[in-house]
Amino acid sequence: MSADPSVPPAALSGEVCLPEKLADVEPVRSVRTPIRLEYDFIPGAASSGYLNAFADRKILGQRSPVDGAVFVPPRGVDPRHGAATPDYVELPDTGHVGGFCVTNLPIPGRDDLELPYVSAWIHLDGADIGFLGLVAGIDTSEVRMGMRVQAVWKPDDQLGRTAENILYWAPTGEPDIPVTAAGTNAWHAKQAVESGDQG
Amino acid sequence: MAERLRADLVLEYPFTRTTGPVIGAFLTGLREGIILGIRRPDGTVLCPPTEYDPETSAPLTELVEVGPGGELVSWTWVDPPRSQSPWDQPHGLGMIRLDGADTPMVHGLLVDSANELSVGMRVTARWRSEREGHIADLEGFVPEGASQ
Repeated sequence: MSADPSVPPAALSGEVCLPEKLADVEPVRSVRTPIRLEYDFIPGAASSGYLNAFADRKILGQRSPVDGAVFVPPRGVDPRHGAATPDYVELPDTGHVGGFCVTNLPIPGRDDLELPYVSAWIHLDGADIGFLGLVAGIDTSEVRMGMRVQAVWKPDDQLGRTAENILYWAPTGEPDIPVTAAGTNAWHAKQAVESGDQG
Repeated sequence: MAERLRADLVLEYPFTRTTGPVIGAFLTGLREGIILGIRRPDGTVLCPPTEYDPETSAPLTELVEVGPGGELVSWTWVDPPRSQSPWDQPHGLGMIRLDGADTPMVHGLLVDSANELSVGMRVTARWRSEREGHIADLEGFVPEGASQ
């Protein structure tokens, strides 16, 4: 008789019947299963433009030809519409925190991050999506959605063609963006204004 | 035109998984130098063991010792091994149906040349001297009668 395959099997109680040889040994309860993938990363046209511009302390996005939304980093396409986005837009290095996470535990391979640290979605002025960055120069308990920030760059003689040129994002002290218009709410708030919903 | 950009990118996770009672027993067996299968209600034995019957989903609980000898059901030759392979020399990968089991398991075949492998040949387990409860406690399989 086969069981109904749509019914999940009952959980094992942990009661298994072992050969005599294993009756008195300490059972294995966990196993290491590390994974490692090594890539040779070669950026495409849009990403190359973005990375090359970093050497000149510039942050580039791309504008959707459909509704004008600005994406950063640029990917060469508006993923909502499948439309190519050939036009770059230069963005300022100012924006606000759209969302953030305070990390108190170390992660393997990132000994360079001093704990606790704050990773955040940075929504640049003029961009319609956020991108990831570190927030520093402020106590972690003071970080909030809508907080205005500006990039802190490496010295000019250390700039490369990499987003690592931005060391972190520091608060500017300007008034916060209202949470209702911060982060992912920003696009919706802008659309509402343009369609006259708030008029 | 700017020169082409290129970077090394490594994605790595040091996972540790809990095993559950059946896989845990299988790994305990490997640490102790025996290979376990699990008996289905119809009397056949799955090796490696699974927690549930693959046809009825019924929990399986009766672990039984199988091997260490078995029959090579199919195989392929690996040369050269990739950088993260458990083996650093050219080797076979085989489906091995251990004595007492009704299903084959995958493991390495430790021979010098593909000429030494054939479907239906007898092989037997070669163990590492230091074992910790991991599939690599089994170094691989060698032709039966070969020096251990």
